[in-house]
Amino acid sequence: MSSIHPDQVTAQQLAGLSRLPDRGTPAPGTGDGSLIDDPSVRSPLVLNERTFKEVTDIVCGYAENKPGKWWLPALMISGSIAGIGGLAILYLVITGIGTWGLNNQVDWAWDITNFVFWIGIGHAGTLISAILCLLKQKWRTAVNRSAEAMTIFAVICAATFPGIHIGRQWMAWFLPPLPNANNIWPNFKSPLLWDVFAISTYGTVSALFWFMGMIPDLATLRDRADMRLRASKTGPIIAPFIPIRVDAVRAYVYGFLSLGWRFSSRHWHRYEAAYLVLAGISTPLVLSVHSIVSFDFATSILPGWHTTIFPPYFVAGAIFGGFAMVLLLLIPARELFPNMKDFITLKHMENMAKIILVTGSMVGFAYSMEFFIAWYSGNEYEAHVFKFNRAIPTWMSDKGAPYWWAYWAMIFCNVVSPQVFWMRKFRTSPAAIFAVSFLVTIGMWFERFVIIVTSLHRAFLPGEWGMFFPTAVDITTFIASCGVFLTLFLIFLKFLPVFAIAELKAVMPQASPHHHADGHDAGHGHGGGDHSKGGHH
Amino acid sequence: MSSKVYTTESGEVVYAMVAEFETPADVYHAAEKVRDAGYSRWDVHTPFPIHGMEDAMGVKRTILPMVIGVVGLSCAGLGFLMQWWMSGVDYPLMTQGKPFATWQAFVPITFELGILFSAFTAIIGMLFFNRLPQWYHPLLKKDRFLRVSDDRFMICIEAGDANFDPDRTRALLEGAGGKHIDLVEE
Repeated sequence: MSSIHPDQVTAQQLAGLSRLPDRGTPAPGTGDGSLIDDPSVRSPLVLNERTFKEVTDIVCGYAENKPGKWWLPALMISGSIAGIGGLAILYLVITGIGTWGLNNQVDWAWDITNFVFWIGIGHAGTLISAILCLLKQKWRTAVNRSAEAMTIFAVICAATFPGIHIGRQWMAWFLPPLPNANNIWPNFKSPLLWDVFAISTYGTVSALFWFMGMIPDLATLRDRADMRLRASKTGPIIAPFIPIRVDAVRAYVYGFLSLGWRFSSRHWHRYEAAYLVLAGISTPLVLSVHSIVSFDFATSILPGWHTTIFPPYFVAGAIFGGFAMVLLLLIPARELFPNMKDFITLKHMENMAKIILVTGSMVGFAYSMEFFIAWYSGNEYEAHVFKFNRAIPTWMSDKGAPYWWAYWAMIFCNVVSPQVFWMRKFRTSPAAIFAVSFLVTIGMWFERFVIIVTSLHRAFLPGEWGMFFPTAVDITTFIASCGVFLTLFLIFLKFLPVFAIAELKAVMPQASPHHHADGHDAGHGHGGGDHSKGGHH
Repeated sequence: MSSKVYTTESGEVVYAMVAEFETPADVYHAAEKVRDAGYSRWDVHTPFPIHGMEDAMGVKRTILPMVIGVVGLSCAGLGFLMQWWMSGVDYPLMTQGKPFATWQAFVPITFELGILFSAFTAIIGMLFFNRLPQWYHPLLKKDRFLRVSDDRFMICIEAGDANFDPDRTRALLEGAGGKHIDLVEE
């Protein structure tokens, strides 16, 4: 029985972080070959006519080869920032939440702003993995793995903030309904408790969905490590003088995580059924999570919060901000990793830019609707909040509030900046998309700041009026949450399958059992199984 | 389980016979032939789920979605009862002048718990019906089999199948276009 040696040529090409050969030149006017205007022709989802083997080699190569020179410094910087955040939280816990800029008037500020900001970012990942799956959007296969990873890391960052804002953090175990010596139960009529259940369900389901999707790809990594172990007696070891081969560790760890997956079609059948159900239940879940987050505000009586438009408005904003973050991560990644542009094409960029344009406009509509209702309801408190506390600058009226600039920063970033995507030149330019995504991320942070702080800082009575100024602890904790997010994402990029390898192969034209290499329906203008001719009998 | 136990030349018990295919179309049509030959304990191993393979293999539709539905709805119901009992019976808490047990306020958590337990059932049920995790399997010892996770397609007919016969099964797989036909030891 002979051992199969992994393809040395491809392996070396990848080890040198080199580019696999380009095949053919894209037709003029189609960018990298994916921007096809003819609706009867499907854009290729994988460029350069990659074979199954090349797809495996490219994606597994990211986890198996040395990363680019940028990776370790980037990890060290983001990890240090995350560590400083740990110190800031420690200081907060031993001192009290007075170390944040909170006061009796503004008792929610950056903590809840950051919470809503991060939880919203997660929503894009679930939209891609669940809603686009149900809508049979095949382009999602190139971005779903990394977007789901981003979701989980964003939920981790998000869950930290309500966890540390409760004041006596060691009492956090009172949040779930656990039996306790006081014989009390949490208040199930409170939206804050609904939020506890929504966020923990969301985090758990996202992690399960992500893990299940990774099982086959982890098995691929396991098998490749096994093949190298069997092919040769020697190989790289984990550290000098420790004679344990890296591939042995890989075979063990990936092997454990892949649960013995052996690519059986009987297994695939149940796997796909479970996948579809998870997509089906994640769709209402993702809509419910940000709706419930918005109930934290909408069920109160505070003008500016007490608004029935909040649930859909929050969901649209979450998807909007989440896609911006997906693009902020993937645009640099596709530049830094070799061959990634074969999978994340300009068409993928354009699709995501279109989603940003649509959801940004929905958010813009919601902003204007708030003003309309404030006027139409005849409620003077409501009208005052929107007219003076948010929109009118201090230099235009004595009644204007000092946070007007935050409101207009939000409008510029969220409503104005995405409008450039009406022009194709901008929505197919990675640089332009990156710039808009950056603005949108800032804008969505300000949206939550505007909703929370400008509503709280001037409530009904003059005694409820005050200002919020962030302290160093506020700022450090927020920046550190970005560090945690980036650290986790960098680790993901290095050690896990960054693309859903099996799903990516399944949407390639040659994956269809009715595809003939010699023939009529070849050509990369077609998606995978969608031209199956139905039952064969 | 057929009574006959086959062994290789070295005396090892045979687990199955495997054949390799190059393309999804090849393995798809070969699967149809194996199905029509009346085998029941056999499988097709492919790097990704092939569209329509259930029909080519004659696999019955899984009951997994039904199981998920039943468990999910039951857990949602239990979640509702939990809230009703805790808020309405065991620890009635007066808030905002609302009744102690208000079903409307219990909707969000009921929904979330239904989703949470459906998700657990989906993944645990998928693994349970697939008899996973199973870290040891005879096929994984086979070097050529490891290529299935890359770009190869393999049909595996178990020696335990009532129709299994080393010569006839080999002839069937050869006739279906299988390459590298080989026996897998237990």
